[in-house]
Amino acid sequence: MSGVYVLGIDMMKFGRFPDRTVPQLGAEAALMALDDARVTIQQVQAVYCGNIGEANAMVGQRVLHQIGQTGVPVVNCANACATGATAFREAWVAIRAGLYDVALAVGVEQMGRGLLGGGAKAGGISTEGLLGSGTMPAVFGEAGLEHTRKHGTTFEQFAKVSVKNHHHSTLNPKAMYQLETPLETVMGAEMIAYPNTKLMCSVNVDGAAAAVLVSERKARELGLARAVRVKASVLTSDPWQARDLVLPDVSTCTRNAAAQAYEMAAIGPGELDLVELHDCFATAELLHYENLGLCDDGQAGRLIDEGETALGGRIPVNVSGGLLSKGHPLGATGIANIYEVCTQLRGEAGKRQVAGARIGLTHVIGLGSACGVHVLERVAQAS
Amino acid sequence: MSSEAERSGPLPVVPFLKLPPGAEPYLEGHACGECEAVFLGARTVCSRCGARDRMETRRLADVGTLHTYSIVHRSFPGIEVPYVSAVVDLEGGGCVKGNLIGVEPDPEKIALGMRVQVVYGDALGRKDRDGNAYTSYFFEPRAAADGSAR
Ligand SMILES: [Zn+2]
Repeated sequence: MSGVYVLGIDMMKFGRFPDRTVPQLGAEAALMALDDARVTIQQVQAVYCGNIGEANAMVGQRVLHQIGQTGVPVVNCANACATGATAFREAWVAIRAGLYDVALAVGVEQMGRGLLGGGAKAGGISTEGLLGSGTMPAVFGEAGLEHTRKHGTTFEQFAKVSVKNHHHSTLNPKAMYQLETPLETVMGAEMIAYPNTKLMCSVNVDGAAAAVLVSERKARELGLARAVRVKASVLTSDPWQARDLVLPDVSTCTRNAAAQAYEMAAIGPGELDLVELHDCFATAELLHYENLGLCDDGQAGRLIDEGETALGGRIPVNVSGGLLSKGHPLGATGIANIYEVCTQLRGEAGKRQVAGARIGLTHVIGLGSACGVHVLERVAQAS
Repeated sequence: MSSEAERSGPLPVVPFLKLPPGAEPYLEGHACGECEAVFLGARTVCSRCGARDRMETRRLADVGTLHTYSIVHRSFPGIEVPYVSAVVDLEGGGCVKGNLIGVEPDPEKIALGMRVQVVYGDALGRKDRDGNAYTSYFFEPRAAADGSAR
Protein backbone atom coordinates (compact mmCIF):
# COMPACT_ATOMS: atom_id res chain seq x y z
CA MET A 1 0.00 0.00 0.00
CA SER A 2 1.25 3.41 -0.95
CA GLY A 3 1.24 6.49 1.24
CA VAL A 4 -0.93 9.23 -0.26
CA TYR A 5 -0.08 12.92 -0.51
CA VAL A 6 -1.91 16.06 -1.49
CA LEU A 7 0.46 17.65 -3.99
CA GLY A 8 -1.80 20.49 -5.11
CA ILE A 9 -5.08 21.88 -3.84
CA ASP A 10 -7.10 25.05 -4.29
CA MET A 11 -10.58 26.53 -4.15
CA MET A 12 -12.23 29.42 -5.91
CA LYS A 13 -13.61 32.25 -3.81
CA PHE A 14 -17.15 31.17 -2.97
CA GLY A 15 -19.99 33.36 -4.22
CA ARG A 16 -22.95 33.40 -6.57
CA PHE A 17 -22.28 32.73 -10.24
CA PRO A 18 -25.65 32.30 -11.94
CA ASP A 19 -24.12 33.02 -15.36
CA ARG A 20 -21.67 30.13 -15.21
CA THR A 21 -22.22 26.38 -15.49
CA VAL A 22 -21.35 23.65 -13.01
CA PRO A 23 -18.61 22.21 -15.27
CA GLN A 24 -17.12 25.69 -15.73
CA LEU A 25 -16.87 26.17 -11.98
CA GLY A 26 -15.39 22.68 -11.55
CA ALA A 27 -12.92 23.30 -14.35
CA GLU A 28 -11.71 26.53 -12.76
CA ALA A 29 -10.93 24.78 -9.47
CA ALA A 30 -9.37 21.79 -11.27
CA LEU A 31 -6.96 24.05 -13.19
CA MET A 32 -6.04 25.88 -10.00
CA ALA A 33 -5.25 22.58 -8.26
CA LEU A 34 -3.21 21.30 -11.22
CA ASP A 35 -1.21 24.55 -11.25
CA ASP A 36 -0.68 24.35 -7.51
CA ALA A 37 0.67 20.81 -7.96
CA ARG A 38 2.65 21.81 -11.07
CA VAL A 39 1.25 18.91 -13.04
CA THR A 40 -0.75 18.87 -16.26
CA ILE A 41 -4.07 17.22 -17.02
CA GLN A 42 -2.09 14.75 -19.17
CA GLN A 43 -0.40 13.43 -16.03
CA VAL A 44 -3.71 12.76 -14.27
CA GLN A 45 -4.64 9.07 -14.41
CA ALA A 46 -8.13 9.19 -12.87
CA VAL A 47 -10.73 11.82 -11.95
CA TYR A 48 -13.25 11.71 -9.10
CA CYS A 49 -15.94 14.39 -9.21
CA GLY A 50 -18.41 15.28 -6.47
CA ASN A 51 -21.63 17.16 -7.21
CA ILE A 52 -25.22 16.85 -6.03
CA GLY A 53 -27.35 19.19 -8.13
CA GLU A 54 -26.47 17.53 -11.45
CA ALA A 55 -25.60 14.11 -10.04
CA ASN A 56 -27.09 12.32 -13.05
CA ALA A 57 -25.36 14.51 -15.64
CA MET A 58 -21.72 13.41 -15.87
CA VAL A 59 -20.20 16.50 -14.32
CA GLY A 60 -16.70 14.99 -14.09
CA GLN A 61 -16.58 14.25 -17.80
CA ARG A 62 -17.95 17.71 -18.57
CA VAL A 63 -15.14 19.20 -16.48
CA LEU A 64 -12.69 17.30 -18.69
CA HIS A 65 -14.54 18.57 -21.76
CA GLN A 66 -13.42 22.01 -20.51
CA ILE A 67 -9.82 21.24 -19.58
CA GLY A 68 -8.67 18.15 -21.43
CA GLN A 69 -10.35 14.96 -22.70
CA THR A 70 -7.58 12.52 -21.97
CA GLY A 71 -9.78 9.43 -21.85
CA VAL A 72 -8.95 8.50 -18.25
CA PRO A 73 -11.54 6.88 -15.96
CA VAL A 74 -13.97 9.38 -14.42
CA VAL A 75 -16.20 8.58 -11.47
CA ASN A 76 -19.04 10.89 -10.44
CA CYS A 77 -20.25 10.71 -6.88
CA ALA A 78 -23.00 12.17 -4.73
CA ASN A 79 -23.10 11.67 -0.96
CA ALA A 80 -25.10 14.62 0.38
CA CYS A 81 -22.86 17.14 2.17
CA ALA A 82 -20.07 14.54 2.33
CA THR A 83 -19.88 14.50 -1.48
CA GLY A 84 -16.59 16.40 -1.84
CA ALA A 85 -14.92 14.36 0.89
CA THR A 86 -16.16 11.19 -0.80
CA ALA A 87 -14.63 12.19 -4.15
CA PHE A 88 -11.36 13.01 -2.37
CA ARG A 89 -11.46 9.69 -0.54
CA GLU A 90 -12.13 7.68 -3.71
CA ALA A 91 -8.96 9.19 -5.17
CA TRP A 92 -7.14 8.27 -1.96
CA VAL A 93 -8.46 4.69 -2.09
CA ALA A 94 -7.28 4.20 -5.67
CA ILE A 95 -3.79 5.58 -5.05
CA ARG A 96 -3.43 3.68 -1.80
CA ALA A 97 -4.40 0.50 -3.63
CA GLY A 98 -1.60 1.16 -6.09
CA LEU A 99 -3.79 1.63 -9.16
CA TYR A 100 -2.64 5.15 -9.95
CA ASP A 101 0.12 7.59 -9.06
CA VAL A 102 -1.79 10.80 -9.83
CA ALA A 103 -5.53 11.40 -9.35
CA LEU A 104 -7.68 14.53 -9.42
CA ALA A 105 -10.60 15.10 -7.06
CA VAL A 106 -13.07 17.89 -7.83
CA GLY A 107 -16.02 19.10 -5.77
CA VAL A 108 -18.45 21.60 -7.27
CA GLU A 109 -21.92 22.97 -6.61
CA GLN A 110 -24.29 25.63 -7.84
CA MET A 111 -26.94 26.38 -5.24
CA GLY A 112 -30.28 28.09 -5.27
CA ARG A 113 -31.15 30.36 -2.39
CA GLY A 114 -33.47 29.51 0.46
CA LEU A 115 -34.39 26.60 2.68
CA LEU A 116 -33.13 23.07 2.20
CA GLY A 117 -35.09 20.01 3.20
CA GLY A 118 -38.76 19.72 4.06
CA GLY A 119 -41.51 19.91 1.49
CA ALA A 120 -42.21 16.23 2.09
CA LYS A 121 -45.44 14.90 0.66
CA ALA A 122 -47.32 11.99 2.14
CA GLY A 123 -50.79 10.81 1.26
CA GLY A 124 -51.28 13.63 -1.18
CA ILE A 125 -50.76 16.66 1.08
CA SER A 126 -47.64 18.44 2.29
CA THR A 127 -46.69 17.40 5.81
CA GLU A 128 -44.36 20.38 6.41
CA GLY A 129 -45.72 22.33 9.37
CA LEU A 130 -48.22 19.56 10.02
CA LEU A 131 -46.00 16.69 11.14
CA GLY A 132 -43.33 19.03 12.46
CA SER A 133 -40.60 20.23 10.12
CA GLY A 134 -38.16 18.62 7.73
CA THR A 135 -36.34 21.88 7.03
CA MET A 136 -32.63 21.75 7.81
CA PRO A 137 -32.63 24.70 10.27
CA ALA A 138 -35.34 22.91 12.29
CA VAL A 139 -33.67 19.50 12.11
CA PHE A 140 -30.43 21.02 13.43
CA GLY A 141 -32.41 23.10 15.91
CA GLU A 142 -33.76 19.83 17.27
CA ALA A 143 -30.26 18.33 17.36
CA GLY A 144 -29.09 21.40 19.31
CA LEU A 145 -31.88 21.24 21.87
CA GLU A 146 -31.14 17.54 22.36
CA HIS A 147 -27.71 18.73 23.55
CA THR A 148 -29.40 21.37 25.70
CA ARG A 149 -31.52 18.68 27.29
CA LYS A 150 -28.48 16.57 28.12
CA HIS A 151 -25.99 19.26 29.07
CA GLY A 152 -27.83 22.55 29.58
CA THR A 153 -26.25 24.21 26.54
CA THR A 154 -27.71 27.69 25.98
CA PHE A 155 -28.94 29.68 22.97
CA GLU A 156 -26.14 32.16 23.72
CA GLN A 157 -23.48 29.44 23.57
CA PHE A 158 -24.79 28.24 20.20
CA ALA A 159 -24.80 31.86 18.98
CA LYS A 160 -21.15 32.33 20.00
CA VAL A 161 -20.17 29.79 17.33
CA SER A 162 -21.42 32.19 14.66
CA VAL A 163 -19.63 35.15 16.26
CA LYS A 164 -16.38 33.17 16.14
CA ASN A 165 -16.71 31.77 12.62
CA HIS A 166 -17.84 35.08 11.11
CA HIS A 167 -14.84 36.71 12.80
CA HIS A 168 -12.53 34.09 11.31
CA SER A 169 -13.91 34.73 7.83
CA THR A 170 -12.87 38.39 8.00
CA LEU A 171 -9.33 36.97 7.67
CA ASN A 172 -10.16 34.73 4.71
CA PRO A 173 -10.36 36.44 1.31
CA LYS A 174 -11.95 33.30 -0.22
CA ALA A 175 -14.92 33.36 2.15
CA MET A 176 -18.31 34.47 0.88
CA TYR A 177 -18.65 36.99 3.72
CA GLN A 178 -16.07 39.04 5.59
CA LEU A 179 -18.27 40.63 8.24
CA GLU A 180 -18.01 40.78 12.03
CA THR A 181 -21.25 39.74 13.72
CA PRO A 182 -21.32 40.61 17.44
CA LEU A 183 -23.29 38.35 19.81
CA GLU A 184 -26.29 40.71 19.98
CA THR A 185 -26.44 40.78 16.19
CA VAL A 186 -26.38 36.98 15.94
CA MET A 187 -28.96 36.47 18.69
CA GLY A 188 -31.14 39.31 17.41
CA ALA A 189 -31.13 38.20 13.77
CA GLU A 190 -34.30 36.79 12.25
CA MET A 191 -35.22 33.55 14.00
CA ILE A 192 -35.40 30.79 11.39
CA ALA A 193 -35.90 27.74 13.61
CA TYR A 194 -35.14 28.14 17.31
CA PRO A 195 -32.39 28.08 18.40
CA ASN A 196 -30.95 28.85 14.94
CA THR A 197 -31.20 32.47 13.78
CA LYS A 198 -30.43 33.49 10.21
CA LEU A 199 -26.77 34.17 11.13
CA MET A 200 -26.53 30.67 12.61
CA CYS A 201 -27.39 28.97 9.30
CA SER A 202 -24.74 28.18 6.68
CA VAL A 203 -24.70 30.27 3.53
CA ASN A 204 -25.93 28.78 0.25
CA VAL A 205 -23.28 29.70 -2.31
CA ASP A 206 -21.80 28.44 -5.55
CA GLY A 207 -18.25 27.18 -5.51
CA ALA A 208 -15.68 24.59 -6.40
CA ALA A 209 -12.53 23.12 -4.93
CA ALA A 210 -10.11 20.52 -6.26
CA ALA A 211 -7.10 18.49 -5.17
CA VAL A 212 -4.31 16.54 -6.86
CA LEU A 213 -3.46 13.40 -4.89
CA VAL A 214 -0.31 11.44 -5.58
CA SER A 215 1.46 8.29 -4.45
CA GLU A 216 4.53 8.41 -2.24
CA ARG A 217 6.75 7.51 -5.20
CA LYS A 218 5.30 10.35 -7.27
CA ALA A 219 5.52 12.81 -4.38
CA ARG A 220 9.23 12.12 -4.00
CA GLU A 221 9.72 12.51 -7.74
CA LEU A 222 7.79 15.79 -8.01
CA GLY A 223 8.89 17.35 -4.74
CA LEU A 224 7.73 17.11 -1.15
CA ALA A 225 8.28 20.75 -0.18
CA ARG A 226 4.59 21.68 -0.16
CA ALA A 227 3.12 18.18 -0.04
CA VAL A 228 0.70 17.24 2.71
CA ARG A 229 0.44 13.63 3.88
CA VAL A 230 -3.02 12.08 4.20
CA LYS A 231 -2.67 10.26 7.50
CA ALA A 232 -6.24 9.00 7.64
CA SER A 233 -9.25 8.87 5.37
CA VAL A 234 -12.49 7.50 6.78
CA LEU A 235 -16.06 7.30 5.57
CA THR A 236 -18.94 6.00 7.69
CA SER A 237 -22.69 5.69 7.31
CA ASP A 238 -25.41 5.85 9.93
CA PRO A 239 -25.74 2.82 12.18
CA TRP A 240 -29.27 2.04 13.41
CA GLN A 241 -30.59 4.38 16.10
CA ALA A 242 -34.02 4.32 17.72
CA ARG A 243 -34.89 7.84 16.55
CA ASP A 244 -33.46 7.48 13.03
CA LEU A 245 -36.77 7.86 11.27
CA VAL A 246 -37.49 11.31 12.65
CA LEU A 247 -34.26 12.76 14.06
CA PRO A 248 -31.18 12.21 11.89
CA ASP A 249 -28.30 11.21 14.11
CA VAL A 250 -25.24 13.25 13.13
CA SER A 251 -23.30 12.22 16.20
CA THR A 252 -22.86 8.44 16.06
CA CYS A 253 -21.45 8.28 12.52
CA THR A 254 -19.12 11.19 13.40
CA ARG A 255 -17.91 9.45 16.57
CA ASN A 256 -17.34 6.24 14.65
CA ALA A 257 -15.44 8.06 11.90
CA ALA A 258 -13.32 10.00 14.39
CA ALA A 259 -12.37 6.86 16.32
CA GLN A 260 -11.31 5.12 13.11
CA ALA A 261 -9.40 8.18 11.89
CA TYR A 262 -7.44 8.58 15.12
CA GLU A 263 -6.57 4.89 15.03
CA MET A 264 -5.47 5.01 11.39
CA ALA A 265 -3.41 8.17 11.98
CA ALA A 266 -2.08 6.78 15.27
CA ILE A 267 -2.76 10.06 17.05
CA GLY A 268 -5.19 11.35 19.64
CA PRO A 269 -7.34 14.46 19.36
CA GLY A 270 -4.87 16.24 21.65
CA GLU A 271 -2.28 16.19 18.87
CA LEU A 272 -4.42 18.18 16.45
CA ASP A 273 -3.42 21.77 15.73
CA LEU A 274 -6.66 22.74 13.99
CA VAL A 275 -10.01 21.36 12.86
CA GLU A 276 -12.37 22.23 10.02
CA LEU A 277 -15.70 20.66 10.95
CA HIS A 278 -19.21 20.62 9.53
CA ASP A 279 -20.84 23.75 10.98
CA CYS A 280 -23.86 23.62 8.68
CA PHE A 281 -25.67 25.25 11.60
CA ALA A 282 -24.19 26.83 14.72
CA THR A 283 -25.83 24.16 16.87
CA ALA A 284 -23.99 21.41 14.96
CA GLU A 285 -20.52 22.78 15.72
CA LEU A 286 -20.91 22.33 19.47
CA LEU A 287 -22.10 18.72 19.05
CA HIS A 288 -19.06 17.93 16.96
CA TYR A 289 -16.56 19.27 19.55
CA GLU A 290 -17.60 16.30 21.63
CA ASN A 291 -18.13 13.89 18.72
CA LEU A 292 -14.56 14.52 17.51
CA GLY A 293 -13.13 14.24 21.03
CA LEU A 294 -11.95 17.86 21.23
CA CYS A 295 -13.42 17.89 24.73
CA ASP A 296 -15.30 15.56 27.06
CA ASP A 297 -19.05 15.11 26.69
CA GLY A 298 -20.88 18.06 28.15
CA GLN A 299 -17.90 20.43 27.80
CA ALA A 300 -18.68 21.95 24.38
CA GLY A 301 -20.39 24.99 25.89
CA ARG A 302 -17.38 25.67 28.07
CA LEU A 303 -15.05 25.33 25.07
CA ILE A 304 -16.82 28.06 23.13
CA ASP A 305 -17.26 30.24 26.25
CA GLU A 306 -13.54 30.14 26.98
CA GLY A 307 -12.45 30.80 23.40
CA GLU A 308 -10.53 27.54 23.12
CA THR A 309 -11.75 26.97 19.56
CA ALA A 310 -11.05 30.50 18.33
CA LEU A 311 -7.93 31.40 16.36
CA GLY A 312 -5.20 31.67 19.02
CA GLY A 313 -7.03 29.22 21.31
CA ARG A 314 -6.05 25.68 22.30
CA ILE A 315 -7.67 24.00 19.29
CA PRO A 316 -8.86 26.46 16.62
CA VAL A 317 -12.00 25.27 14.80
CA ASN A 318 -13.15 26.58 11.42
CA VAL A 319 -10.54 29.31 11.04
CA SER A 320 -11.67 29.50 7.38
CA GLY A 321 -14.97 30.96 8.56
CA GLY A 322 -16.65 27.59 8.25
CA LEU A 323 -19.80 26.79 6.35
CA LEU A 324 -21.48 29.55 8.34
CA SER A 325 -19.49 32.32 6.72
CA LYS A 326 -17.13 30.94 4.08
CA GLY A 327 -20.22 29.32 2.57
CA HIS A 328 -21.53 25.82 1.89
CA PRO A 329 -21.62 24.73 -1.77
CA LEU A 330 -22.62 21.17 -0.88
CA GLY A 331 -20.46 19.14 -3.27
CA ALA A 332 -17.42 21.42 -2.88
CA THR A 333 -17.44 21.73 0.90
CA GLY A 334 -15.55 18.54 1.69
CA ILE A 335 -12.58 19.50 -0.50
CA ALA A 336 -12.70 23.16 0.56
CA ASN A 337 -12.25 22.03 4.18
CA ILE A 338 -9.22 19.99 3.15
CA TYR A 339 -7.89 23.00 1.24
CA GLU A 340 -8.05 25.11 4.40
CA VAL A 341 -6.19 22.56 6.49
CA CYS A 342 -3.54 22.00 3.79
CA THR A 343 -3.06 25.77 3.46
CA GLN A 344 -2.56 26.03 7.20
CA LEU A 345 -0.12 23.09 7.29
CA ARG A 346 1.85 24.69 4.46
CA GLY A 347 2.05 27.88 6.52
CA GLU A 348 0.35 29.84 3.74
CA ALA A 349 -2.81 30.99 5.53
CA GLY A 350 -1.78 34.61 5.96
CA LYS A 351 -3.60 36.54 8.67
CA ARG A 352 -5.51 33.50 9.86
CA GLN A 353 -2.42 31.27 10.13
CA VAL A 354 -2.47 28.88 13.10
CA ALA A 355 1.09 29.21 14.36
CA GLY A 356 3.19 26.08 13.85
CA ALA A 357 0.30 23.96 12.55
CA ARG A 358 1.52 20.41 11.91
CA ILE A 359 -1.57 18.15 12.00
CA GLY A 360 -5.17 19.01 11.15
CA LEU A 361 -8.50 17.23 10.82
CA THR A 362 -11.41 17.79 8.47
CA HIS A 363 -14.97 16.59 9.01
CA VAL A 364 -18.14 16.71 6.93
CA ILE A 365 -21.47 15.05 7.34
CA GLY A 366 -24.26 14.52 4.86
CA LEU A 367 -27.70 13.68 6.19
CA GLY A 368 -28.97 10.35 5.19
CA SER A 369 -26.16 9.80 6.33
CA ALA A 370 -22.48 9.89 5.37
CA CYS A 371 -19.58 11.15 7.46
CA GLY A 372 -16.11 11.81 6.06
CA VAL A 373 -13.07 12.50 8.25
CA HIS A 374 -9.52 13.17 7.06
CA VAL A 375 -6.34 13.68 9.08
CA LEU A 376 -3.59 15.63 7.30
CA GLU A 377 0.03 16.19 8.25
CA ARG A 378 2.72 18.60 7.14
CA VAL A 379 5.66 16.86 5.48
CA ALA A 380 8.34 19.54 5.24
CA GLN A 381 10.15 20.65 8.37
CA ALA A 382 9.16 24.08 9.61
CA SER A 383 11.70 26.67 8.53
CA MET B 1 -62.34 -4.75 3.56
CA SER B 2 -63.98 -1.41 3.02
CA SER B 3 -64.67 -0.47 -0.57
CA GLU B 4 -63.96 2.97 -2.01
CA ALA B 5 -67.64 3.86 -1.74
CA GLU B 6 -67.75 3.09 1.97
CA ARG B 7 -64.67 5.16 2.61
CA SER B 8 -66.24 8.56 2.88
CA GLY B 9 -64.31 9.97 5.87
CA PRO B 10 -60.94 11.75 5.95
CA LEU B 11 -57.79 9.88 4.90
CA PRO B 12 -54.84 9.26 7.23
CA VAL B 13 -51.98 11.74 6.70
CA VAL B 14 -49.39 8.92 6.87
CA PRO B 15 -49.78 5.15 6.47
CA PHE B 16 -48.81 4.51 10.11
CA LEU B 17 -51.82 6.49 11.35
CA LYS B 18 -54.71 4.07 11.59
CA LEU B 19 -58.36 5.22 11.46
CA PRO B 20 -60.47 2.17 12.31
CA PRO B 21 -64.19 2.78 11.65
CA GLY B 22 -66.11 3.40 14.88
CA ALA B 23 -62.98 3.33 17.03
CA GLU B 24 -60.26 5.72 18.22
CA PRO B 25 -57.39 6.51 15.85
CA TYR B 26 -53.97 5.20 16.78
CA LEU B 27 -50.38 5.07 15.54
CA GLU B 28 -49.09 1.72 14.34
CA GLY B 29 -45.51 0.52 14.59
CA HIS B 30 -43.78 -2.47 13.07
CA ALA B 31 -41.66 -4.15 15.73
CA CYS B 32 -38.87 -6.64 15.11
CA GLY B 33 -39.59 -9.95 16.88
CA GLU B 34 -35.86 -10.52 17.16
CA CYS B 35 -34.48 -7.26 18.59
CA GLU B 36 -37.57 -5.15 19.46
CA ALA B 37 -36.62 -2.26 17.15
CA VAL B 38 -39.75 -0.28 16.27
CA PHE B 39 -40.27 1.13 12.78
CA LEU B 40 -42.94 3.33 11.25
CA GLY B 41 -44.36 1.71 8.14
CA ALA B 42 -44.45 -1.87 6.87
CA ARG B 43 -41.21 -3.68 6.04
CA THR B 44 -39.90 -7.23 5.93
CA VAL B 45 -36.28 -6.88 7.09
CA CYS B 46 -35.04 -5.27 10.31
CA SER B 47 -32.33 -2.67 9.64
CA ARG B 48 -31.09 -2.96 13.19
CA CYS B 49 -30.35 -6.70 13.33
CA GLY B 50 -31.02 -7.92 9.79
CA ALA B 51 -33.72 -10.42 10.81
CA ARG B 52 -36.13 -11.28 8.00
CA ASP B 53 -39.87 -11.80 8.21
CA ARG B 54 -39.98 -11.16 11.96
CA MET B 55 -41.94 -7.91 11.79
CA GLU B 56 -45.14 -7.64 13.78
CA THR B 57 -47.56 -4.73 13.85
CA ARG B 58 -47.97 -3.06 17.19
CA ARG B 59 -50.34 -0.38 18.44
CA LEU B 60 -48.10 2.42 19.72
CA ALA B 61 -48.80 4.30 22.96
CA ASP B 62 -50.75 7.56 22.97
CA VAL B 63 -48.45 9.08 25.57
CA GLY B 64 -44.79 9.92 25.39
CA THR B 65 -41.94 12.24 26.30
CA LEU B 66 -40.79 15.37 24.46
CA HIS B 67 -37.26 14.40 23.44
CA THR B 68 -36.41 17.59 21.57
CA TYR B 69 -38.01 20.30 19.44
CA SER B 70 -37.48 23.37 17.32
CA ILE B 71 -39.71 26.42 16.95
CA VAL B 72 -40.05 27.06 13.23
CA HIS B 73 -40.39 30.71 12.25
CA ARG B 74 -39.51 30.44 8.57
CA SER B 75 -40.93 27.74 6.35
CA PHE B 76 -42.08 27.33 2.77
CA PRO B 77 -44.64 29.69 1.21
CA GLY B 78 -48.20 29.06 2.40
CA ILE B 79 -47.22 27.31 5.60
CA GLU B 80 -48.37 29.13 8.70
CA VAL B 81 -45.64 29.97 11.22
CA PRO B 82 -44.58 29.76 13.97
CA TYR B 83 -45.09 26.16 14.91
CA VAL B 84 -43.32 23.72 17.17
CA SER B 85 -41.70 20.72 15.47
CA ALA B 86 -41.45 18.05 18.17
CA VAL B 87 -39.66 14.72 18.43
CA VAL B 88 -41.48 12.44 20.86
CA ASP B 89 -40.44 9.10 22.34
CA LEU B 90 -43.62 7.06 22.81
CA GLU B 91 -44.02 4.99 25.94
CA GLY B 92 -43.07 1.39 25.18
CA GLY B 93 -41.19 2.18 21.95
CA GLY B 94 -41.46 4.18 18.76
CA CYS B 95 -40.30 7.71 18.06
CA VAL B 96 -42.43 10.12 16.02
CA LYS B 97 -42.22 13.70 14.82
CA GLY B 98 -45.16 16.07 14.73
CA ASN B 99 -46.49 19.49 15.67
CA LEU B 100 -46.66 20.26 19.38
CA ILE B 101 -49.87 22.20 19.97
CA GLY B 102 -51.62 23.64 23.01
CA VAL B 103 -48.52 25.50 24.12
CA GLU B 104 -47.08 28.91 23.24
CA PRO B 105 -44.23 28.68 20.72
CA ASP B 106 -41.79 30.05 23.28
CA PRO B 107 -38.76 28.16 24.65
CA GLU B 108 -39.65 29.46 28.13
CA LYS B 109 -42.96 27.61 27.94
CA ILE B 110 -41.75 24.30 26.52
CA ALA B 111 -40.07 21.88 28.90
CA LEU B 112 -37.71 19.32 27.38
CA GLY B 113 -38.63 15.90 28.72
CA MET B 114 -42.22 16.83 29.48
CA ARG B 115 -45.00 14.28 29.08
CA VAL B 116 -47.16 14.69 26.00
CA GLN B 117 -50.40 13.16 24.76
CA VAL B 118 -50.94 12.13 21.15
CA VAL B 119 -54.18 13.72 19.91
CA TYR B 120 -55.91 13.40 16.54
CA GLY B 121 -57.68 15.93 14.36
CA ASP B 122 -58.13 17.52 10.96
CA ALA B 123 -54.89 18.12 9.02
CA LEU B 124 -55.06 21.92 9.39
CA GLY B 125 -57.61 22.14 6.58
CA ARG B 126 -55.18 20.78 3.99
CA LYS B 127 -56.78 18.86 1.13
CA ASP B 128 -55.29 16.95 -1.78
CA ARG B 129 -55.93 17.66 -5.46
CA ASP B 130 -59.04 15.52 -5.41
CA GLY B 131 -60.48 17.48 -2.49
CA ASN B 132 -59.98 14.73 0.10
CA ALA B 133 -59.66 15.83 3.72
CA TYR B 134 -57.05 14.25 5.99
CA THR B 135 -56.75 13.32 9.63
CA SER B 136 -53.42 13.95 11.34
CA TYR B 137 -51.88 13.43 14.75
CA PHE B 138 -50.51 16.14 17.06
CA PHE B 139 -48.90 16.32 20.48
CA GLU B 140 -50.23 18.26 23.47
CA PRO B 141 -48.64 18.78 26.85
CA ARG B 142 -50.10 16.03 29.04
CA ALA B 143 -51.60 18.45 31.57
CA ALA B 144 -53.50 20.32 28.86
CA ALA B 145 -54.68 17.08 27.29
CA ASP B 146 -55.90 15.80 30.66
CA GLY B 147 -57.98 18.96 31.05
CA SER B 148 -59.64 18.70 27.65
CA ALA B 149 -62.93 16.89 27.16
CA ARG B 150 -61.94 13.66 25.51
ZN1 LIG C 1 -34.27 -6.59 14.62
